Amino acid sequence: MPKTLYDKIWNDHLVNTQDDGTSLLYVDRHLVHEVTSPQAFEGLRNSNRKVRQPNLTLAVADHNVPTSDRSKGISDEESKLQVETLEKNCKEFGIKLFGMDDKRQGIVHIIGPEQGFTQPGSIIVCGDSHTATHGAFGSLAFGIGTSEVEHVLATQTLVQKKSKNFRIKVDGKLSIGVTSKDVILQIIGKIGTAGGTGYVIEYAGSLISSLSVEQRMTICNMTIEGGARAGLIEPDQKIFDYLNGRPMAPKKENWDKALDYWSKLKSDNDADFDKEVTLDGKDIMPMVTWGTSPQDVISIDGRIPNPENEVDEDRKNSIERSLKYMGLKPGTAIKDVKIDKVFIGSCTNGRIEDLRDAAKIIKNKKVAQHVYAMVVPGSGLVKQQAEQEGLDKVFKDSGFDWREPGCSMCLAMNADKLKPEERCASTSNRNFEGRQGRGGRTHLVSPGMAAAAAISGSLDDVRKFQN
Amino acid sequence: MQKFKTIKSIPAYLPIVNIDTDMIIPKQFLKTIKRTGLGKNLFYEMRYNEQGTPINDFILNTTPFNNSKILIAGKNFGCGSSREHAPWALLDFGITCVISSSYADIFFNNCFKNGILPIVLPEAKIKELSEYSKRKEEIIVNLEKQKINFGNSEIDFEVDQFKKKCLIEGLDDIALSLEKNPKITEFEKKLSSDKPWIFND
Ligand code: SF4
Repeated sequence: MPKTLYDKIWNDHLVNTQDDGTSLLYVDRHLVHEVTSPQAFEGLRNSNRKVRQPNLTLAVADHNVPTSDRSKGISDEESKLQVETLEKNCKEFGIKLFGMDDKRQGIVHIIGPEQGFTQPGSIIVCGDSHTATHGAFGSLAFGIGTSEVEHVLATQTLVQKKSKNFRIKVDGKLSIGVTSKDVILQIIGKIGTAGGTGYVIEYAGSLISSLSVEQRMTICNMTIEGGARAGLIEPDQKIFDYLNGRPMAPKKENWDKALDYWSKLKSDNDADFDKEVTLDGKDIMPMVTWGTSPQDVISIDGRIPNPENEVDEDRKNSIERSLKYMGLKPGTAIKDVKIDKVFIGSCTNGRIEDLRDAAKIIKNKKVAQHVYAMVVPGSGLVKQQAEQEGLDKVFKDSGFDWREPGCSMCLAMNADKLKPEERCASTSNRNFEGRQGRGGRTHLVSPGMAAAAAISGSLDDVRKFQN
Repeated sequence: MQKFKTIKSIPAYLPIVNIDTDMIIPKQFLKTIKRTGLGKNLFYEMRYNEQGTPINDFILNTTPFNNSKILIAGKNFGCGSSREHAPWALLDFGITCVISSSYADIFFNNCFKNGILPIVLPEAKIKELSEYSKRKEEIIVNLEKQKINFGNSEIDFEVDQFKKKCLIEGLDDIALSLEKNPKITEFEKKLSSDKPWIFND
């Protein structure tokens, strides 16, 4: 029977098929961070269990770390305790950790690919829903809960039920100023936040294969916002070139063997998908969210929707609730919406290409008077690279704050957060109520769009600023 | 894990769709290193005002719903993050059963792992139950029989049989998987010869 890429990876990791329809799968790579792991280690300790494969596990502190001066340590007591607990646990259980002072430290989904820890065809898990990011390499990568983190630590396996296959095909070309962030926002707008529930999505089509590795990560990253378990893309030469020579990538004869295996990873031509959606690149515009769910998207030329036009009662109520929270009136042009802050960073858009995109727009321009804008590189290595290219200077000259790596205002667990009713153009992935700080109002956009908003002081069309 | 027993409780109805994990437990409470203690901050931003005083008309702040063990909610409950703090917070508050027409995948699974039963019912049944909840009368959720009893009515629900067994017996997933140890070892042997790069680099 013809198989999808997902089917193949699944079959290749089957340890046991159980009577109840679940399967025990082998996990090749396990990423660990400080927020979802303490209770897992506590569980191991309580039941006297060990970590089965410490070498297949990599840990980093990212969610809680300060993005300002690190020499003073973490001032928040609870954050500090979580980060210290991770250090202690890694030491006790023999797990490799990139500590806060390590220049390789960064957001877990940025450092995995950066180190070559993320590899095609493998099963990658992490106690974090944006693990889907790693699917850009043609791996099956998904988020798990803390109980499952404990399960993987103890057994290097996971009990899973197979999802259905969903293919999203995007053909054609992207217009100038449109990025993979706009592609995924448009996809989520189209399928809804529950559109992918029960599925694993394979992104395919000529537009997807034309994307760079980093742009692919942005798409897979937000798969979870469409409700799917994971999102993946067939690996190709770009992926292999990206991995070649990375510290944790296979070396010498192992590289050849790996390459041989990786090159065969693709869905069969006649494989069956349970659901399919197609998009054309020419229809994709620079997008922005107006509400409190990632599916609440419009193009930058659009207007805030009117709940009165909705027939579905639930939908009507939820639009009303969103607009109230967001402080927006139906019919307003989204371009007329003034912002207070700009956040460029996160595992969605905190990589070097994202910073380059934003820097291109902001160069020789100034951040609007009333706007506070910040860049938080996704990792220490991204920061270093950006500084080598002089991007930090471009940002600083225009009035941006240049920070240390971490999750930062993506979820506002550290000191970086919005105040009530503050409005932010953000390159992160979630615009839920309170996500960037209690009462904070988030508009999700691409890095270029965030830069455009910083200059204009309102949400704005990045295409206006193309040189 | 606690064994799941038949629940008798007045259900609380939260008529909101897409309740996400940030609404269930905002991230300022995720900095804990323990599983317990999150109940008082469940639904924090709906439950307390900016000064931290309880908002009186929020359902879980009103009697008898402050003692509800059953929560009825709008569709797509638990969307958002994979963090298990959401089920821990529900559990710590005392909620051991959620009823909705749909859930986010990860949250759904996390419930079972923590001894919470998430029941899926069609919208029409949810409506019926939520209407009934206004009476402030107890309903019974019987997992063994897969039935919800309220007044003179009865609703059947579906549940995965293995998950049901684990809930009722309070079985720990890890112990179950460790029984497969020989198979895991065998798999690892084959893996290191077929794909040596997985272990070597
Ligand atoms: S950057 Fe945001 S979404 Fe990504 S791992 Fe950190 S908190 Fe989660």
